[in-house]
Amino acid sequence: MQHSNVLVGITTSDDAGVYKLNETTALVQTVDFFTPIVDDPYLFGQIAAANSLSDIYAMGAVPLTALNLVAFPNGKLHQEVLLAILKGGQDKVAEAGAVIIGGHTIDDNEPKYGLAVTGTVHPDRVWTNAGAQPGDVLVLTKALGTGILASAARADLFAQGVAAATAGMATLNAVAAKVAADFTIHACTDITGFGLCGHVYEMAAGSKVSVVIDSTALPLLPEALEAAAMGLVPGGAYANRKYLTAVTFAETVPEPIRDISFDPQTSGGLLFAVPENQAGELVRELQAAGVVAAMRIGYVTNEGSGKIYVR
Amino acid sequence: MSDKIIDCRGMACPGPVISTKKAIEGTESGKITIIVDNEVAKTNVTKFAAANNLSSAVENQDGHYYVTIVKGTGQAVSATATAANPANSGQAYLITQDTLGHGSPELGAVLIKAFMTTLLEVKPAPSAILMLNSGVKLAVKGSPVLDQLTTLAGRGVTILACGTCLDYYQCKAELAVGEVTNMYTIVETVSQNKTVTL
Repeated sequence: MQHSNVLVGITTSDDAGVYKLNETTALVQTVDFFTPIVDDPYLFGQIAAANSLSDIYAMGAVPLTALNLVAFPNGKLHQEVLLAILKGGQDKVAEAGAVIIGGHTIDDNEPKYGLAVTGTVHPDRVWTNAGAQPGDVLVLTKALGTGILASAARADLFAQGVAAATAGMATLNAVAAKVAADFTIHACTDITGFGLCGHVYEMAAGSKVSVVIDSTALPLLPEALEAAAMGLVPGGAYANRKYLTAVTFAETVPEPIRDISFDPQTSGGLLFAVPENQAGELVRELQAAGVVAAMRIGYVTNEGSGKIYVR
Repeated sequence: MSDKIIDCRGMACPGPVISTKKAIEGTESGKITIIVDNEVAKTNVTKFAAANNLSSAVENQDGHYYVTIVKGTGQAVSATATAANPANSGQAYLITQDTLGHGSPELGAVLIKAFMTTLLEVKPAPSAILMLNSGVKLAVKGSPVLDQLTTLAGRGVTILACGTCLDYYQCKAELAVGEVTNMYTIVETVSQNKTVTL
C-alpha cells in the first residue's frame, strides 16, 4: 500500500522506515533483537542496543526514544542476568542521548534482547541506501570479522581478536554519523547480518550501479584472518555466499578474505558512498574523531547494475 | 600409526573444528576420519586441515560427509594458522621511544599519534612494527595510539614489543596489542624487511 508520507518503506531493503510528519520533521523507526552473542549479560545488552540504534544512524537520523523487547527464561536464569542485560541497554541508549520509555518481556527458552527505536531527521536529509552514484568512493567505519570471532569465542580461541570484536560491537555509530553529516553523503547503510558483500549488494542494486571493492583495503579485526583460515567460519557466512551470486572475486583474493567479506556482522560499521573529492577528508576526520578503523574500501561504477567485483 | 573416527554429526559450529583440532593434537601420526552432517562443517574441517598443511579427502555418503585427514610423524598443529595478508609491504618500523623525534616531549607525543594515525592510510600496510626501549609503552594499556596499533594488527601487521624493555619499565602485564619478543626476532625482522627507525 502506498502512502504519500512514507519516504522509505518496505520495498527498498533499507535500514529503517521513514515517515514524513511535516516539512521539517520525519519519523525514523526500526526494530531489531537477537540471541546472546557474548557471555557477559551487561555487554550483550550494550551490543544489542548499539545494533538497534545503528539503523537510525544509517538513515542520517538522531535517536529519540526506544522500547525494550525482551525474551527471558524465567526461573531458569537468575533475575540478575536480566537486570544486567537491561542495564547494558539502558546505558548504551543514554550514551546515544536517547531514552527508553517502555518495553515488553515474554517467557522464552532462550534469552533475546533488542529495541524498537524511534528517531527524527529532516525529510530532505535522509540517507537511503539507494543514492550511490558512479565515481563515488565507499568508506567503511568499523573493522570486519565479528561473526568469525564469535565462533572463535565459542571455541575459546583468539582472545585478543574476540576482545576487539566485542569492543567494536558495543561501539555506537553515533560519532561516525555525526562526522559524516558535514559531507555530501549520497548513500549510507550499516553492515549487519548479510555481511559486507550483502549490504554492498543492497546499495548497488538499489542505486542501479556496480561496485568495486579493494580487498587489500578492508579494515579487519585482529586475528579474524587466522580464525577464518582455520575454519571458524559461521554458517551464515556460507549462506550469504551462496545467496549472493552477483559477487565476482579476482583470483588473487585469498580464501579467508572472501569468508570475511560474507561474514554476518553484529552491530557493524556504517558504509558511506561519498563523492571522490570528499573521501580523503571524510576518512581523515573520522579517524581524528576516534573512528580509527575508517577506510576507503572501494568505488562505485556504472559498469552494470547490482554487480560487485572484489579485487 | 593409529586410526581414529570422530563423529561430529549433530554438532553445532564451531564444534566439529574444535573436535578435529583435539583429535589431531592427540595423534602422533595416523589417519583421522571426521564425520559431519552438513556442508558448513565439512568446509570448515577441510579449511582447518589445509591451514595446518595436512591433506584431506572428503567422501559423501547419503548427505553425511566423511573427511579423512592424514597426519605424518612430526607434523605439529598450530593453534593460530598462518594466513598471509596480501596487504604486507615488506616495510618495517623500529620504534625506539614513546615520542617522535628529539626536542620537546610534549610535541613528540602529539607527533607519534599523528604518525600512527597517518600510517593507517598508507597502503599497502607495513609488515611489522617493532618496539624497543620506551617505545614499548605505545603498546600497553592507556597508550594514546593503542587503537591505531590494534587496527594495524587487524590488517596483518606483526606488532612486537621487546620483552626486556617491558620488564625494565615494569609494564609487561599491561601489554594490550601485539606480542612479546626477543632481540633475536627483532634483528631477524629488521634484516628481512626494509626498516625505518623512529
